[in-house]
Amino acid sequence: MTSTTFQPQAALTADWRDFLALTKPRVMTLVVFTGLAGLLVAPVKLPAVLGFTAILCIALGAGAAAALNMWWEADIDALMKRTASRPLPAGRMERQTALHFGVGLAFFSVVLMGVATNWFAAAILAVSILFYVFVYTIWLKRRTPQNIVIGGAAGAFPPVIGWAAATGDVATLPMLLFALIFLWTPPHFWALSLFVRSDYAKAGVPMLPVVAGAKATRSQILLYTIPMTAAALAPWALGLAGPLYGVAAALLSALFLLLAIQVLASRAVEPAAMKAEKRLFAFSILYLFAMFGALAADRWIGA
Amino acid sequence: MTPAEQDEVRHRQRSRALIMAVLLGAFVILVYAISIAKMGMKG
Repeated sequence: MTSTTFQPQAALTADWRDFLALTKPRVMTLVVFTGLAGLLVAPVKLPAVLGFTAILCIALGAGAAAALNMWWEADIDALMKRTASRPLPAGRMERQTALHFGVGLAFFSVVLMGVATNWFAAAILAVSILFYVFVYTIWLKRRTPQNIVIGGAAGAFPPVIGWAAATGDVATLPMLLFALIFLWTPPHFWALSLFVRSDYAKAGVPMLPVVAGAKATRSQILLYTIPMTAAALAPWALGLAGPLYGVAAALLSALFLLLAIQVLASRAVEPAAMKAEKRLFAFSILYLFAMFGALAADRWIGA
Repeated sequence: MTPAEQDEVRHRQRSRALIMAVLLGAFVILVYAISIAKMGMKG
């Protein structure tokens, strides 16, 4: 079955909650938070209503990309336990409705960003949506175990967009924040894919544990955690962030490394026994929130 | 479509229309606020 032929049973008129579910609200919280941090640490202060609009546009753009991802992946979502209850595979919405909603929301978010802040930020927002949909979802996800390594760049854009919305420019700090999320994405997703491996295998998605096995995935998690730690410490080492951020980055990254080493040492085969992997996955989400929170707090104290 | 399904469809259409109206109202207010803020920046 391919993504272009999948059509669930005839759907009744979709409920508004189904449209909300299309935007992956839980993923959106992390996107909003990192975008907000990018905006807050920028040297130019926007009026509150324009800052709010910029964050709203980042959230709507992420929601649009998520909706288009679900439109394309309805066939594989139907095969995975984790995603089978989403609006399309569950038959609560027509595929075309999701496509129209995603495209409409994407245009709306980009145009509103351009009008409210600047067209440079709007262009980066557009690139991030297109990258997520075309490069990650359509091109890489079903073809290569490197899917989330390259595709992870899409999720790394929000702090750059937040910064660009405030300044109309891009500088070293937002690029380092981009690098941090880019390098954080593989350990985060591979920890998850270790304990939902059978789901990905069933759906034919070539995630690293499916293609290369658990042992290689565990090594790769640690290998990516090392440059991620370097990217986390770089803003402080280069004098772009203060000691509060430096201490938080050192402690949080040391804990991340420790958990990645525990994953490397793990020999668990059954998902139920993968405690180290689940711990790393849960901590990785907290890590990103804490890192960007520390950066914003550091800038606020230093101001 | 059974009468129960028709009722459900109408109920969903009504709630979607209501949410759309609220969102449009919020959008109008937002555009107004953006205009005022941008005029303030130029001034």
